[in-house]
Amino acid sequence: MDVGPLPQLIVSGILTGLLFALISVGLTLIFGVMDVVNFAHGEFLMLAMYATFGLGLIGLNPILALPVVVVAMFVLGALVYRFFVKRLLAGPPEAVVFGTFGLLVFLQGAAQFFFTSDYRSVLNPPFSGTLHLGGIAIGEAQLAAGLGALVLIAAIFGFVEYTEPGRALRALSEDRVAAQLMGIDVQRMNAFAFGLGIACTGAAGALLMLTYQAYPRIGTEFALTAFVVVALGGFGSVHGVLLGALLVGLVEVLGGYYIAPALKMLPVYALYLAVVFLRPQGLLGRR
Amino acid sequence: MTNSTPLIAVRDLEVDYAGVRAVQGLSLYASRGEIVALVGANGAGKSTLLRAISGIVRAASGAIAFEGENIASFEPHTIVRRGISHVPEGRRVFATATVRDNLLLGAYVMRDRAERERRLAAALATFPRLQERLDQRASTLSGGEQQMLAIARGTMSAPKLLMLDEPSLGIAPLVIPAIYAGIREIARSGTTVLLVEQNVREALAIADRGYVLQTGRVVAEGTGADLAGDPLVQKAFLGL
Repeated sequence: MDVGPLPQLIVSGILTGLLFALISVGLTLIFGVMDVVNFAHGEFLMLAMYATFGLGLIGLNPILALPVVVVAMFVLGALVYRFFVKRLLAGPPEAVVFGTFGLLVFLQGAAQFFFTSDYRSVLNPPFSGTLHLGGIAIGEAQLAAGLGALVLIAAIFGFVEYTEPGRALRALSEDRVAAQLMGIDVQRMNAFAFGLGIACTGAAGALLMLTYQAYPRIGTEFALTAFVVVALGGFGSVHGVLLGALLVGLVEVLGGYYIAPALKMLPVYALYLAVVFLRPQGLLGRR
Repeated sequence: MTNSTPLIAVRDLEVDYAGVRAVQGLSLYASRGEIVALVGANGAGKSTLLRAISGIVRAASGAIAFEGENIASFEPHTIVRRGISHVPEGRRVFATATVRDNLLLGAYVMRDRAERERRLAAALATFPRLQERLDQRASTLSGGEQQMLAIARGTMSAPKLLMLDEPSLGIAPLVIPAIYAGIREIARSGTTVLLVEQNVREALAIADRGYVLQTGRVVAEGTGADLAGDPLVQKAFLGL
């Protein structure tokens, strides 16, 4: 039986899905710990992509730039929490929605202003070849980005599951009051979680620059997918994100091929609607 | 009464909860090593008092002196570090975490790994049923076992004061003696216990002293035996 391009598409879908997972795990972490839907998540990704581009100008390729960008985005995230989100949380519930949405508009506008709307790609891509494995052709850059994302997702899972700060994050996401009674400093852990969530966009941004170009609106495209992934997997569920992201990656790639490239997101949203109707808490969500 | 300062002394405390002044000018104290029972009907302000002591809700006025220091404006995590542990109403164990992770979270403020292991061993000795469930998720435990876990978790930070809110509420009657035996053992090891209960008979039997609360005020106090023999208490709470 001739399966045609199917194996190729599946590999491509999985690699795409892994990058979605890395972006989305940051979003779900922030939501899980402090109930904040970070509408500006994609804009942090955009900033990370520009940062990677900038580091390329001084000779660091995206892989070498990744640790620098991750640390910088962690610090930025913790500061944004400390001086912005923390204040929003002290206000009415709508404040967080409008506040992070405002941040999206601000960051996107600032990027338009400072970076213009030109597309920027790294000048020194470390991977440019194509691997042929049993009839499947994979771009080395795409493979490196996917595998890099996989390693980092595994590291985040391990951190959340097996370390003491990870335990505290889980406790906070499950019962904030009980966590406080354990002696967990909520404000400090919120800042840490926000930093961690934004650091995920830092890592994803650096990896994306292996294959994508940076422009001011790129964040919105990925963020939309990340919201679908998180809702699909179950808001706040770290494991659900991986499942949701792989599903979205596969459906998007298969849909793009079998339907039409311009309509590749159509089956993704159809799947999303189906899950929302049949299982509103997401595939692995609780409550 | 001893002439040393009490471990905790609450003075003229006023606390609002859910838009109501739930605690109204309340004063009480507990000395080191005592078991002090707080009894009273629903809405008497018992849980609100514990929440104010642990910093989950802010007192409107009054003082909470712990080891001579007014902690009324402290953050909850600071209060835990000072040595106060609050086992809240409804247990509130971390359901998706394992029993072991729940216990280790109880020792969150404890930096010394060896000391944490010692506390874990002590907690498991007090409630041996948790030993065989260490790697199970807390959600798989029965209500009584979850209560044991909540109390054991509360002891993991080696508190000077352990506050228990309704430890027998909704627990199968068969399991209650094991829970109370555990509370007695914790008190014997030197921990001061503030025990909120609707199960008045059980609470007064175990307590050195007790307070009867009504609409946010203390309306009677005395030794556990005195209160249990008080006609008012008997009529209102013991159905005699």
